[in-house]
Amino acid sequence: MQPLYLNQFAIASSAGIGLPATVRALVEMRSGLAKCAFETTNLDTFAGQIADSAFEPVRADLDAFNCRNNRIAQLCLRQDGFEQAVTAARDRYGAARIGVFIGTSTSGILETELAYRRRDAEGALPPDFRYAQTHNTYSVAWFVQSYFSLSGPSMAVSTACSSSAKAFANAARMMAAGLCDAAVVGGVDSLCLTTLYGFGSLGLLAATGCRPFDTERDGISIGEGAGMVLLERQPRNGTPDAIALLGTGESSDAYHMSTPHPEGLGARMAMEQALASADLPPEAVDYINLHGTGTRSNDATEDKAVCTVFGRDTPCSSTKGWTGHTLGACGAIDAIICALAIEQGFMPGSVNTRALDPTMGLHYLLENQRAPLDIALSNSFGFGGTNCSLLLGRVRA
Amino acid sequence: MRLFVESVAILAPGLDGWTAARPVLAGEKPYESAPLAPPATDLLPAVERRRTGSMVKMALAVGQAALNAVDRPVDSVATVFTSSGGDGDVINDICITLAGPDRQVSPTRFHNSVHNAPAGYWGIATHSHHPSTSLCGYDWSFAIGLLEAAVQVQVDRREVLLVAFDTPYPFPLAAVRSLAHPFGSALLLTRDRGTRTLAELEITLDASATPVTPMSNPALEQLRCGNPSARALPLLAALAGTQVQRFSVERDAGQTLSIAVRPS
Repeated sequence: MQPLYLNQFAIASSAGIGLPATVRALVEMRSGLAKCAFETTNLDTFAGQIADSAFEPVRADLDAFNCRNNRIAQLCLRQDGFEQAVTAARDRYGAARIGVFIGTSTSGILETELAYRRRDAEGALPPDFRYAQTHNTYSVAWFVQSYFSLSGPSMAVSTACSSSAKAFANAARMMAAGLCDAAVVGGVDSLCLTTLYGFGSLGLLAATGCRPFDTERDGISIGEGAGMVLLERQPRNGTPDAIALLGTGESSDAYHMSTPHPEGLGARMAMEQALASADLPPEAVDYINLHGTGTRSNDATEDKAVCTVFGRDTPCSSTKGWTGHTLGACGAIDAIICALAIEQGFMPGSVNTRALDPTMGLHYLLENQRAPLDIALSNSFGFGGTNCSLLLGRVRA
Repeated sequence: MRLFVESVAILAPGLDGWTAARPVLAGEKPYESAPLAPPATDLLPAVERRRTGSMVKMALAVGQAALNAVDRPVDSVATVFTSSGGDGDVINDICITLAGPDRQVSPTRFHNSVHNAPAGYWGIATHSHHPSTSLCGYDWSFAIGLLEAAVQVQVDRREVLLVAFDTPYPFPLAAVRSLAHPFGSALLLTRDRGTRTLAELEITLDASATPVTPMSNPALEQLRCGNPSARALPLLAALAGTQVQRFSVERDAGQTLSIAVRPS
C-alpha cells in the first residue's frame, strides 16, 4: 500500500492525558491501573479508569451525544493540537473529503445499563434516555464527524478488541479508492458494567494490575481511553522523517468466539499480510507492540505466532500494563505508542511484569530501552477470532 | 466505483428467499406481507447453533444462501457484516442482569454481545480465515457496508460477501429503537464480470444530498422504512429486473450514494 502519514495524533488513557503525559508515564514506568472503583462495581480487580475530573461536558451543540464514551472521545480530540490539525485539514480538503473511521466495542452502553436501573413500574426506560447518540455503536463516529462538521464517509468498526486497528485498514482502503483525501482514524472505549462483569464471568480479570507475559499472569485489566490519528497522503510540511502507516493485515481465526486459535494461526496470517502489504521482510521490523493482554491463552498463542513469523530476536512488549486493555480503543492507542516509540527512539518495556514466563520464545522487553527504530508492528486481536496487525514506520525524506 | 454482483439473497417478511422474492421485487407478482419464518442454517454445529439468537441465524442464513445459489464454497470469500446495532435480545438480557442485585452475566451472552458475533460465528461455521469486518452506521448501515465492500473489491482486488441485517429489539429497548420487522440481504460482489454475473454496479458519492429513492409499491416502501437494512430494497429490486436503474440511498451526514444497476 501507499504509505499514509500520521500527521497528527492524540491520546487519552489512564496512563496519561495527551502525548507528553503518556511519554512521561512510559519513561517513568508508571502504570495507570488501580483497584477498580468504577461506578458501583464490586469486583476484585484493577482497572484503567480516567479520572472524572479530566472530563468536560460535550460541546453544547452536541449535548445529545453526552455520555462517558463521547466525553472520552472529546477529551482526546482536544489534546495534542489534534482539533486544530483536523480543522486546518478541513479547510484544505473540504468537509466532504475527510472520512471518519472509529473503532469501539461497547460505545456508550453504560447509558443503557444506567437507564435500566431507572425503569418505571411497567418496565419502560426513562424519557430522558437517548439511545441513538449514546449507546448505539455508531454514536462515537457520528459524534466525531459532527464535532468537526465533516461529511466524508464515516463508520464505526466494531470487531471487539481489533476494532480500531481495523479502522486504519478501512481508512487506507477508502483513501486508496479516492473516496477521501484525509481520514480521522481512532478508537474509543469506556468502562462499563457489561465488559467488567462480562470478562469477570469468563474468569479473565486479573486480581491486580495485568502482567503480560509473566509466569503468574492471571488475566486482563480493563482500561478506557481513546487514540486519534489524522491520516494524509503527504507528510506535513517541514517534517523530514515523517511517520506513516506502511501496511495492514487482517484475518479470521475461525476457531472459537472467546478463545484464540491455539497455534496463533489467524494472528500469524495478520502479521504476514501486514508485511506483504508494506512489501517488507520480517527483519525490517525493529519492535513489536504485542496485543499482550495478560491472559494465559492470548500471550501463549501470540508468542507462537510471533516466533513463527519473526523468530526469537525482534524486541517485543505489551503496554497493557500501563493503559489496561482498552478493548476497541487499543488498536489506535497501541499504534500511537508505536509512533511515539519511533519518534523518540525508545522501546517500552512492560510495567507490572515481574518474572517472564520461561516457556515464551519471543524476545520480551521487561525494561525500557533507548534505541533508534524505524519500523514497528502493532498487534490487535479480538473476540470472534478477529485479528489485525499494523505496520508503522519512519519514511525518510 | 464499478463492480459486479454475482449473487444475491434476501430474508424478509413476504420475501423469504431470492427465488420467491425476485418476481415480487420485479413487479411481476403482488407483494404479500407474511411473518418471516425463523431463518434456518445448517452451517453451525448443533452445540454452537443453540448458543445463537435470531440475529446471528439471520446473518448466517442469508450469507450462506447467496453463496449456495452460485455453488460457491462458504469459506471462499472475505466478508463485510453491517448492522445498525448489536443483538437487542442479548443486550436486553445483559442490562436486566446488570440492573439486578446479582450481576452474574452469562459468559455465552457476553461473547454474543459483541457487534461482530455474527462474523465470529461465520468464521467458526465456515472455517474461513479470510478477512472479515463488522460495521455500524446506525440508520445508514447499509450504505456504509456497501461502500466498504465495494472499496475492498476495488482496492484489495478480492471478492466480498456483503451481509446486511437487522432484527427487531425487544421491550423496553423497542421504545427507543423501533425496528418494525427483521430484514437481511447478502450480495456477492466481484471485480470482474463473470459468466454468472447478475448485474454491473456503479456507485458514487453524491456531491450534494440527493432525494432518497423510495419504492414505488407502498407496502414495499413501508418495508424499506421499517428497518435500516431494508434500505437495500431499491438495489435488490433493480437486481430483480431487466432494466437499467439509477437511484439514491441515504448515507451518513445527510448525504447519499448514487447507485446505477445494469442487469446482465
